[in-house]
Amino acid sequence: MLEIKNVSKTFNPGTVNAKTALNGLDLTLEDGDFVTVIGGNGAGKSTMLNAIAGSWRVDTGSITIDGVDVTNMPEYKRAKFLGRVFQDPMMGTAAGMQIDENLAIALRRGKRHSLRWGVTKEERQRYRELLAPLGLGLEDRLSSKVGLLSGGQRQAVTLLMASLNKPKLLLLDEHTAALDPKTAAKVLEITDNVVNENKLTTIMITHNMRDAIKHGNRLIMMHEGRIIVDVKGEEKKNLTVEDLLGMFTKASGNEFASDRAMLVK
Amino acid sequence: MAFFNALPYAVAQGLIWGIMAIGVFITYKVLDIADLTVDGSMATGGVVFVVLNAAGVHTILALVIAFLAGCIAGLMTGISHTVFGIQPILAGILTQLMLWSINFKIIGRANHPLAKETFVTMNIERLGFTITWMLLICLALIAILYFFFGTELGCALRATGNNANMSRAQGINVNLNKVIGLMLSNGLVALSGAFLSQYTGYADIKMGAGAIVIGLAAIVIGTSIVSRLTTNFAITLLSTVIGAIIYFSIYQFVMNLQVDANLLKMLSAVIVLIFLAVPYVKKTYFSNVTFKKKVKSNATGEGGTENA
Repeated sequence: MLEIKNVSKTFNPGTVNAKTALNGLDLTLEDGDFVTVIGGNGAGKSTMLNAIAGSWRVDTGSITIDGVDVTNMPEYKRAKFLGRVFQDPMMGTAAGMQIDENLAIALRRGKRHSLRWGVTKEERQRYRELLAPLGLGLEDRLSSKVGLLSGGQRQAVTLLMASLNKPKLLLLDEHTAALDPKTAAKVLEITDNVVNENKLTTIMITHNMRDAIKHGNRLIMMHEGRIIVDVKGEEKKNLTVEDLLGMFTKASGNEFASDRAMLVK
Repeated sequence: MAFFNALPYAVAQGLIWGIMAIGVFITYKVLDIADLTVDGSMATGGVVFVVLNAAGVHTILALVIAFLAGCIAGLMTGISHTVFGIQPILAGILTQLMLWSINFKIIGRANHPLAKETFVTMNIERLGFTITWMLLICLALIAILYFFFGTELGCALRATGNNANMSRAQGINVNLNKVIGLMLSNGLVALSGAFLSQYTGYADIKMGAGAIVIGLAAIVIGTSIVSRLTTNFAITLLSTVIGAIIYFSIYQFVMNLQVDANLLKMLSAVIVLIFLAVPYVKKTYFSNVTFKKKVKSNATGEGGTENA
């Protein structure tokens, strides 16, 4: 489904601020994989997702999604393969537009924008049915501006938008990090439902080791722009936070250096 | 009394400039770009129309060509911004400067009288007729734009201005939409320039100087009236036209006070300044939620830096 081969990326090359964010990264995902990603600050987790999404061009290597080489494809064209949810709840939705308009834009992801209506009546009915199971009361507020919603509600809408067109790959970039614990748990629950119902291949970055262990069928740990730990199947089910910290120390030769990750282990 | 006699002129001018203000609305409010091309494209519309009118071209066709000339001006700014990465405000200034020369070449001299009177004129006997026509044209344009911004393309354009990041993630070609918006905007501005040249009976290459300020004045006056009542897009556009009429009424009123004409540009700028400053000042200095807001933005700031 996804094949990342030898991808490197250095920001500000040739300056004192040069920072190698990805360093010969290799990763292959099977159809239906749900991978959680952990790692310290600056390990290259978000950079990896941005490389897949095409926020900028990578320096070396290739990225293939479902057999299509997207390495040099602009971000807006790759979007048809991808569903994305960002850390900042403000980033994934258009605040000045209505809930149904936001969903309608997501439904048309990867299609040409014509002079047909932006939202149709039949669509609205479908959106109501999709919003109702979230239990947030949004199904009655289709014409509310998204800017009026709370962070958790916005992330839930963004998740729905990301899954609406059955993307080949769902990219979740610490999408619960900016939410309070209760809301974060709710959004994670919605995430599991959305992923399972649509059988989406998913990459989820999290700073919470317990969430990383609990969710998905595979776990990778990144350090200095590379994958240093890759656990799947039965082995992953039996992992503990202590195991992970031990693995990190062994693989990197350092103590795990994210204060935030330590706090929530 | 003189003021009330002059009021129909203010209404006619307000309706003509209202089209220009709607054009500015598309860039300033929908796309969130401060586009300074308009000072040039306003004059482009005027000079193109006057030259075509003198050549005996049908009024409707001349208006269409003036609109397209404005679109080309917008295209220039759009390409400078999206293909060559120049900041939109600077891209607009560069196009505006180019248009100064281009407009001069089109018109061949500093100003040019209208050869043949059209249905839009400041002739007192036909002023009512002019106002009726301009009102119908404004309403038709508002209706067309209202439906356009409800289509897939229109929604993509609004999303582009609203959140470029989200738009790219949803497969919207942000650069293309910015160019389309700039073209549409400057086309309308040029159309307004074409009507203005018919109304005043001449075109000159300076007729767009300071136009952006008048456009912004119309928008801020208009939205300050209706934004509390409704967010309906058509009504907001209509309020922009009403804002232009109010602006020219104020202008006319001050003119009647026998104020030095050289101070009128100062007046325009001060009106915009006050209308833009009041909401900010109210929010920042006279509201109890100020402190809370600051804390919140700090919190998200931290989150952003950790997003490595």
